[in-house]
Amino acid sequence: MNPATVIRTLVIIGIVGGLELACRTGALPHTVIIAPSAMVASIIETLSSGELNGDMRQTFGAVAVAATLAICGGFVLGFLIHMSPRLRRAIDPLLGAYYAIPHVAFYPVLIVIFGLGAGPLIVLATMLGIVAMIIATLGGLDRVPRVLLRTAKVHGLSPSQELFLVRLPAATPHLLSGVKLAFSYSFIGVVAGEFILSTAGVGHAIAFSYDNFDNYRMYGLILFIIGFVVVVNTTILFWERRMVARRGTR
Amino acid sequence: MTDDKTAVAAELVGVTRVYPARAGHAPVHALGPLDLKLHRGEFFSVVGPSGCGKSTLLDVLSGLAPPTEGKAFFEGRPLNDTVPDGIGVVFQEDASFPWLTVFDNVAFGLRRKGMEAGEVRRRVDYAINFMGLKAFATAYPAQLSGGMRQRVCIARTLVMEPRLILLDEPFGALDQQTRLLMGDELLRLWRETGATVMLITHALDEANLLSDRIGVMSARPGIFIDVVETGWSRDRDSTLAADARFGLVSNRLWSMLRSESMRAMGQQTGERAAEAAE
Ligand SMILES: Nc1ncnc2c1ncn2[C@@H]1O[C@H](COP(=O)(O)OP(=O)(O)OP(=O)(O)O)[C@@H](O)[C@H]1O
Ligand SMILES: [Mg+2]
Repeated sequence: MNPATVIRTLVIIGIVGGLELACRTGALPHTVIIAPSAMVASIIETLSSGELNGDMRQTFGAVAVAATLAICGGFVLGFLIHMSPRLRRAIDPLLGAYYAIPHVAFYPVLIVIFGLGAGPLIVLATMLGIVAMIIATLGGLDRVPRVLLRTAKVHGLSPSQELFLVRLPAATPHLLSGVKLAFSYSFIGVVAGEFILSTAGVGHAIAFSYDNFDNYRMYGLILFIIGFVVVVNTTILFWERRMVARRGTR
Repeated sequence: MTDDKTAVAAELVGVTRVYPARAGHAPVHALGPLDLKLHRGEFFSVVGPSGCGKSTLLDVLSGLAPPTEGKAFFEGRPLNDTVPDGIGVVFQEDASFPWLTVFDNVAFGLRRKGMEAGEVRRRVDYAINFMGLKAFATAYPAQLSGGMRQRVCIARTLVMEPRLILLDEPFGALDQQTRLLMGDELLRLWRETGATVMLITHALDEANLLSDRIGVMSARPGIFIDVVETGWSRDRDSTLAADARFGLVSNRLWSMLRSESMRAMGQQTGERAAEAAE
């Protein structure tokens, strides 16, 4: 293990251990926060009871659909914008300002348009994630070295061969960062939407526990969500690292 | 064309190239008007001051970019903004694909042509050996030095068995000793394949040593102010540098280039001043 990993592990152990101790000794009352071990117990209990299976299905289903739409749609839109310099000049400033918008504020409007259920959640989450993917796609395609495109021309590649054999592989590191961001944003979009107005989903379950002073379940679910996001992100990060180790940062 | 088509590998007739104006920049007249005939099987080098249009010349001759005026021919057929089979190009910049191993980089063009895997392996192995990359076949470009990456690009070009090989300062990233050795390798390659070679270089000694003819370019817009015939035998190598005639050719090249290089430096300083004044 390298020193950074050791330090990181120690910090995490310190925080978790400290929290455990503070809760067990009563220094932090359980009305404020519960011990990490209790959170884990809560997750196990909730999952094994099957009580929230429907909520989980809604949440993870919506995240899967929204992230897929954001990633694929963002890639296609990014590619089209890249191909049209005029469109690009018009849209660039909008893309830059996009994340200053508090998207969740649109949620009530979306409910009016799409009704209750997963529809508005998916739209909100896709909106949140798609622009990260557009920006990453543009960044990746912009940075394909010209000499590689000239190499493609020397080899007589057709436009689609050039795209799939040269442009995309060259842009992969950027695209992967886009995937990571688009996924995270989509997840935030779904859970935040459920939290505010939905009648189902993990986000709703958290809000429901909160309203009923059910700290035990609430913290378990929060930890569960964090754990899920960390696992997905770490997996993507792992691929990213492997790629960088191979091909450098070029 | 009235010449015997078998003797002329490539030809430029009245070629100019002007880069159109971009935001805040005037159009750049980079090249010509110039004529050039590359004889089949000859080793032709191009020397000229920095920014005089050498890479632009390569673009036009390869079909990568169309001339603004005039015509470019390869084996008697006009080029039409595509690079025909039979022309191989090694660029000034590192053009290796960072996501492919050395082997896959070198195999890239052959696989595009749908060549059968056994034949691909045979040719790629040969080229990798030839370029001294045998131990690195499974390495990625990021694990190689700049000079080795350039050799990957040379290997990727030569597996295609081009009849015309255009090289743009391929040894720019190499130290002097390696340059000399690579020069010898290039001569060996040229002799073995019988290809026509055009080498762009900023090293006068290198041009002198390797070439049958050396085209000397003026400051921008680049035209040929002279074409020097060296008269070296076909089985020459870097030991030629000790020959008395070698010094004479070098002197002749330098006396022509000195004033052009000063003119080019003046151009660049003037441009920088103009940009700073904007
Ligand atoms: N795409 C472009 N748009 C505008 N001007 C260009 C472009 N490419 C090159 N030029 C200009 O054209 C001139 C010739 O460029 P070129 O790259 O052919 O020179 P070169 O002789 O290869 O230079 P070097 O020795 O530095 O490689 C230069 O002044 C350069 O600034
Ligand atoms: Mg150049």
